[in-house]
Amino acid sequence: MTVRKIRVLMAKPGLDGHDRGVRVIARGLRDAGMEVVYTGLHQTAEQVVTAAVQEDVDVVGLSILSGAHMTFFPRVNELLRERGAGDIMVIGGGTIPEADIRELKEKGWAAEIFTPGTSLEKIVGWIQANVKV
Amino acid sequence: MGQDDLKPDPEREAWRAKRSQLPDRPVDFTSLSGLELAELYTPEDLSGFDYGRDLGYPGRYPYTRGVQTNMYRGRLWTMRQFAGFACAAESNARYKFLLERGTSGLSVAFDMPTIMGYDSDHPRACGEVGRVGVAIDSLADMETLFAGIPLDRVSTSMTINAPAPVIWAMYIATAERQGVSPGKLTGTIQNDILKEYMAQKSWIFPPEPSLRLITDIFAFAADFVPHWNTVSISGYHIREAGSTAAQELAFTLADGFAYVEAGIKAGLSVDRFAPRLSFFFNSHIDFFEEIAKMRAARRIWARHMKEKYGARDPHSLLLRFHTQTAGCSLTAQQPENNVVRTAYQALAAVLAGTQSLHTNSLDEVLALPTEKAVQIALRTQQIIAHETGVTNVIDPLAGSYFVESLTNRMEEEAERYFAEIERRGGVIAAIDQNFFQQEIADAAYRFQQAVDNGRRIVVGVNDFVDPAENIDIELLRIDPAVERDQVERLHQLRTGRDNLTVGEKLDDLRQAAEGTANLMPFILAAARVYATEGEIIQVFREVFGEYREKPVF
Repeated sequence: MTVRKIRVLMAKPGLDGHDRGVRVIARGLRDAGMEVVYTGLHQTAEQVVTAAVQEDVDVVGLSILSGAHMTFFPRVNELLRERGAGDIMVIGGGTIPEADIRELKEKGWAAEIFTPGTSLEKIVGWIQANVKV
Repeated sequence: MGQDDLKPDPEREAWRAKRSQLPDRPVDFTSLSGLELAELYTPEDLSGFDYGRDLGYPGRYPYTRGVQTNMYRGRLWTMRQFAGFACAAESNARYKFLLERGTSGLSVAFDMPTIMGYDSDHPRACGEVGRVGVAIDSLADMETLFAGIPLDRVSTSMTINAPAPVIWAMYIATAERQGVSPGKLTGTIQNDILKEYMAQKSWIFPPEPSLRLITDIFAFAADFVPHWNTVSISGYHIREAGSTAAQELAFTLADGFAYVEAGIKAGLSVDRFAPRLSFFFNSHIDFFEEIAKMRAARRIWARHMKEKYGARDPHSLLLRFHTQTAGCSLTAQQPENNVVRTAYQALAAVLAGTQSLHTNSLDEVLALPTEKAVQIALRTQQIIAHETGVTNVIDPLAGSYFVESLTNRMEEEAERYFAEIERRGGVIAAIDQNFFQQEIADAAYRFQQAVDNGRRIVVGVNDFVDPAENIDIELLRIDPAVERDQVERLHQLRTGRDNLTVGEKLDDLRQAAEGTANLMPFILAAARVYATEGEIIQVFREVFGEYREKPVF
């Protein structure tokens, strides 16, 4: 039996252009054997969700360094559910304070948040352990 | 020079024989950027070194030792802390806080909608108003931002790129309202669009019309705002995006040369605009590499401006630069350690002769800085300036075998990149080919791998970790009401202003944009009657189109 590869959409919602992190993670996930699609910058929540549905991904990674995370995480989740894709897991990373991380996880808007300094190995391991394909 | 070329030296041979028996610690002895370093530098590393040709005197060609004749004995660098958040009134209060504590120049951070040319009530601005900087929609906000701050008495740096002419026009109009003529204004607009395509990624228009706006600013400033720095050619963001020191140096100077060529192509003589070009570098954590980079930058710029572009005015040859310590070197783990990192980085910038300096606050990796954190950052500069003694002597590391050798190496690396860029058809062609973007992404990935596999230690992150750590420091929070209030003020502005005149001025602007006239007077006319940033930029979006990237990773 062949195991299907984990499919990941890496996304930059909002106006912020800091894409160093998202590109490093995208490359790290690809090198770890996942299929990775990167949206490019300046995406709306609608564009991110459309890409996630079209690409039939297992997980969406949102990279937000602009402080707009409390807007984008709920919005992406809401749109995924509206599109019947509520099973797609949403994770994220960026400059996100601890208190906001707790709220994002408690409300189910993010399965996990990785803050600056997290190793690629840890992110890869987390996705492999938590995403069922 | 290979070791076989050296003259016999029994002392050297004795050292080498003894040294070869001693083991090294099992780590890579490379610079942060991955340069292999010798363990010892001697006069042999500087064969062919010519003091007059390679260094010269401070304020004298090729300016390796500094752009001012007396450097910090005359005047210290400008301590300029980048700040701005929430609404104009709150940022105004932060500027007054900084001015009262001895900061000597202002530096404005704008929010993402302002940076991207959207008004606060645009759907794309939702959730982002006032988050990473201050929201400026119109002249009314700019007037509030500088209320009670006489613009003929401070110099102001504004980190704004694609909409730079619009924000600058609002600043000039604010000065007019204060009774200050444009001729008395000093400060800087970043206005460096090329590095946006390479690294920072806050673009709006395609490169060609963007360069037109920039050369329009060059010409307008030369006539009316002669003490203004029209562009701050920025390596900072290239480095933050993950480049090496040599890439930062080479790509930044390549951008600078591209602006010079654009100005010349627009019919300006080089000495009319080149004296107002300024630079902005990152000071990262590898101490000597940073010093070498900045010293090399001055020499390369002077040589190219003189020899390649025929500049005659000595001011055209001067690479004057601002420095910011490396935000990307800060760690979320044990954030108090960031004070120490920032201090070393600031010291490197001072030893390299910076003209102004921003020191990062310890909490900036987590959020915008609190007042307490900003004060520590400013005090760090004041301690360097007034306690360490490093300002007594100009360019004190000159003549060090290592520093001079590394300075030469930086220059050689940069020249190699210039040749590669030339081969690719110039900076804009190389951007289209994703050359810079890929080089930077590769360097960023290499660095992350080195951290992940432990070849590079980051204290508190992959070694010396505090397992019980609970990162819980006081953070600056932006109240969601900021966005609501800003949108409300904007709606009041739109109903209260003379909309007929606004419409006329925007029509004039559109006609000018479709032609070839200098656009600055038209932008200024629209700004004066409270046309919003988004309205002015929308005219340009329709005439010039928008840039689209080809995403790579």
